[in-house]
Amino acid sequence: MPTKSHVQTRINGENIEFLCEPRQSLLECLRDVLQLTGSKEGCNDGNCGACTVNLDGRIVDSCLVLGVEANGSEITTIEGIATPQGLHPLQTAFLENAALQCGICTPGFLVASKALLEQNPNPTEQEVRFWLAGNLCRCTGYDKIVRAVLDASKKMGASV
Amino acid sequence: MTTTYESNIVLSSKEYDVLGTRPIRHDGHDKVTGKARYGADVYPTGLLYAKWLRSPHAHARIKSVDTTKAEALSGVQGVVTGKDLPETLVEPGVDRTVTLGELSTDLKYLREGILARDKVVFKGHPIAAVAAVSPHVAEEAVGLIEVEYELLPPVLTAPEAMKDDAPIIHEDLETEELGESTGKISNVAQHFQHKLGDVAKAFEEADIVIEREFNTSTVHQGYIEPHTCTADWNADGRVYIWNSCQGPFNIRDATAEVLDIPLGQVRLTPMEIGGGFGGKFEPYGEPVAALLSKKTGHPVKMVMTRSEDLECTGPTPGSFIRVKMGATRDGKIVAAQAHLAYEAGAAPGSPVSAGAEAVFAPYDIPNMLVDGYDVVVNKPKTAAYRAPGATNAEFASETVVDELAEKLGIDPLELRLKNAAKEGSRKADGVRYARIGCAEVIEAMMEHPHYTAPLAGPNRARGVAVGYWMNAGLQSAANIAVNNDGTINLTEGSPDIGGTRASLAMQAAEVLGIRAEDVHPAVADTDSIGWTFGTGGSRTTFATGWAVYEAAQDVKRQMIERAAMIWGVDKDSLEMERGVIRSEARRQVTTQRTAGTDRYRSVLHHHEEPEEPELSMTFKELAEQLNATGGPIMGRGSVDPKGVGAAFAGLIVDIKVDPDTGKIDILRATVVQDAGKAIHPSYVEGQMQGGTAQGIGWGLNEEYFMDKEGRMANNTLLDYRMPIAMDLPMIDTVIVEVANPGHPFGVRGVGEVSIVPPPAAIANALHRALGIRIDRLPMNPGAVVKALWEQSK
Repeated sequence: MPTKSHVQTRINGENIEFLCEPRQSLLECLRDVLQLTGSKEGCNDGNCGACTVNLDGRIVDSCLVLGVEANGSEITTIEGIATPQGLHPLQTAFLENAALQCGICTPGFLVASKALLEQNPNPTEQEVRFWLAGNLCRCTGYDKIVRAVLDASKKMGASV
Repeated sequence: MTTTYESNIVLSSKEYDVLGTRPIRHDGHDKVTGKARYGADVYPTGLLYAKWLRSPHAHARIKSVDTTKAEALSGVQGVVTGKDLPETLVEPGVDRTVTLGELSTDLKYLREGILARDKVVFKGHPIAAVAAVSPHVAEEAVGLIEVEYELLPPVLTAPEAMKDDAPIIHEDLETEELGESTGKISNVAQHFQHKLGDVAKAFEEADIVIEREFNTSTVHQGYIEPHTCTADWNADGRVYIWNSCQGPFNIRDATAEVLDIPLGQVRLTPMEIGGGFGGKFEPYGEPVAALLSKKTGHPVKMVMTRSEDLECTGPTPGSFIRVKMGATRDGKIVAAQAHLAYEAGAAPGSPVSAGAEAVFAPYDIPNMLVDGYDVVVNKPKTAAYRAPGATNAEFASETVVDELAEKLGIDPLELRLKNAAKEGSRKADGVRYARIGCAEVIEAMMEHPHYTAPLAGPNRARGVAVGYWMNAGLQSAANIAVNNDGTINLTEGSPDIGGTRASLAMQAAEVLGIRAEDVHPAVADTDSIGWTFGTGGSRTTFATGWAVYEAAQDVKRQMIERAAMIWGVDKDSLEMERGVIRSEARRQVTTQRTAGTDRYRSVLHHHEEPEEPELSMTFKELAEQLNATGGPIMGRGSVDPKGVGAAFAGLIVDIKVDPDTGKIDILRATVVQDAGKAIHPSYVEGQMQGGTAQGIGWGLNEEYFMDKEGRMANNTLLDYRMPIAMDLPMIDTVIVEVANPGHPFGVRGVGEVSIVPPPAAIANALHRALGIRIDRLPMNPGAVVKALWEQSK
């Protein structure tokens, strides 16, 4: 009897199929099976947000989703945010605003922030802080992260 | 790409071409695209995953360990226990001492902390580890190991552990009293004392004396990346390790010591590090993964769960502190006394000595007496945490200073400025300061509009506090190779935990007159660079920065020599400034031919126009000729700098407190800090803001909530409550620059001191808001409500 399940997904715009054990989380599948190591494990119990991915238009902690649950879904990870043409404005804003120190939480913050700006292109500081409350950063005190998201929002608005 | 904000001010003392600018960090693109490889992102061929078996008891003897069932589980490839670690005693009962980060430890304690042999001394103490084909199989196997314990009573706080009838944690731990061994077995590893002047007489003469007692809880560094390592014991005997750590050489050496193999047998490759704050200087999994790799013949990866990380890796100590300070009516602090008892955790080595140095360090006080006690308790062995020992101590002293100001009717910053330590002042440990910026920090706080801004509304108030941290020097090495396109490759040994590739590259660029972007910095493995102490003690931009400065100066000297040879002029006639090499001399090709050899003549030829007004070449133009004129140029720097610059920071904080629930909200925060010279101001601001946020977390929420049996009840990041984005306002910064005379660019360390002021500043604001003084950390809602209740009685 096979011990692994077959999962069909679309990840960062590509059709991807993989085999996983029923007990493996989506985070484990992304990292250990697919080598998409940009999503990070910080707590493995949904409290830090370092593994945030976009699953069918919603941001989720990928450590709280089973790999098999992702069958048939569309996933965007940190590896899918930049395009061959260049960085996403949020990524540029994080660099220009020095919004990362160690950088381990950065993938989660970027995936979450991108979802915020897609829903609310002009958030206030408080809206940014509320949206990002599920992502822990221990280095920055959040100041420069919040500035970066507001900066990206402004620049994306200006470019439309 | 420069971004500045009114809320981030740099009071610059000296302008440079590169230093003080804000280039994009060199590792930035990798870190915003998910490409950067951190500790757990290592997947060598044939990888196995290992898990630990940990003690469920805080204090117990191990009667037996049976791994038979675990070894029999399908997919398990190897099991190790404490008996697999070699004994390395130099004589019976005496082991080598190894230095780890800002703390040092007896090798016996290090080894027994990695895998227990006979006794467990904290909940979570590792006993065995299993390597298997997947982490899930390893976890299942761990559950099959059978351990028989004889339970012992745990002792969990310093005051409890210091009692004469307290349970003894280490039966061979002799108390060291004022530098002498006493032969007495107790939980007090060490008692030391700093004494300056005559404190008793000075208290008698003081117009006002205040004495208070404080308790602070154990807190954790809380980096987002848990401890992780991968080890591969190669067929040739070399041990390859990839991990996330602050001190690659510190951990290489400690791992070799624990395994009892020559240190050169280990090669440690530091991957990108997901935060550390002092907590990633010690080996936890490295020797275990190495042994499992030797046993199985496969590379082995270990990743701690978050609960393991909280329960089993170095937190910073809880402490009991008594502070007494006396002042004259006109506000001169004349006497200060402190008793500091710090929990070392399960083995000696708390940062109490740093706490004792720091407790009164912002002030010039003629009479001081400080007693420090390093006390073992049944909690995880403490490790460094950002200005280790200082936050506990200065929470206490800065609260008492605030009360002095209140009772004397003097503005709290004026009182601090009046007593501020300056060049020549003695600290409690007797050491005199070189040039420091303590007064300048306090003055900048007083001048900042935040200090005098109106603050309307009920239950709102403003508080201030200042903080000191010593910073560290220690050894660093750097190499620079010049590329033929005029860029340079900078190789150094300090893991980049918050933008130090940039701050190091910028110092090289400044010396050589090139752009920060023309430097390619790389953090090397331990085979590829000289011994470099870890990233900690706020030392990287200072000490490794100095090594980089020396390496760049070495390159500069060689570039000048090469240009002199090419031009056939005396090298003393050359100078290199802002990336251009010039000679006062005109070309003397006919007389100075001997400087070159025949094969360089074609290169020389085009410079031989007699009309040439001056001899001049850019760094890049010369770099293009290196291969044809004698080969590549490499510079090296190796330093052990002694001129460490002490750091001071101050915080102005506005709070709002709900008297019904006891919840404190931070409304506004301004942090002021002396950087000496801010190399990359954005990352200096980041350190100031991050340290402030950690200090706020320590002050308001964070604590190890231990049950009576010594188990941490809040061992997840949901219950161990670190600040989230919603908890904090923008954190404004003012960088003061009082150049450190002990560094070529005036750099002081900037990484740590900002964590020190927040707990006291918040406590002082709380007093102004509600009239209560809290004498314990954290000041969580329950503590505030309790204090209000006691006040109303």
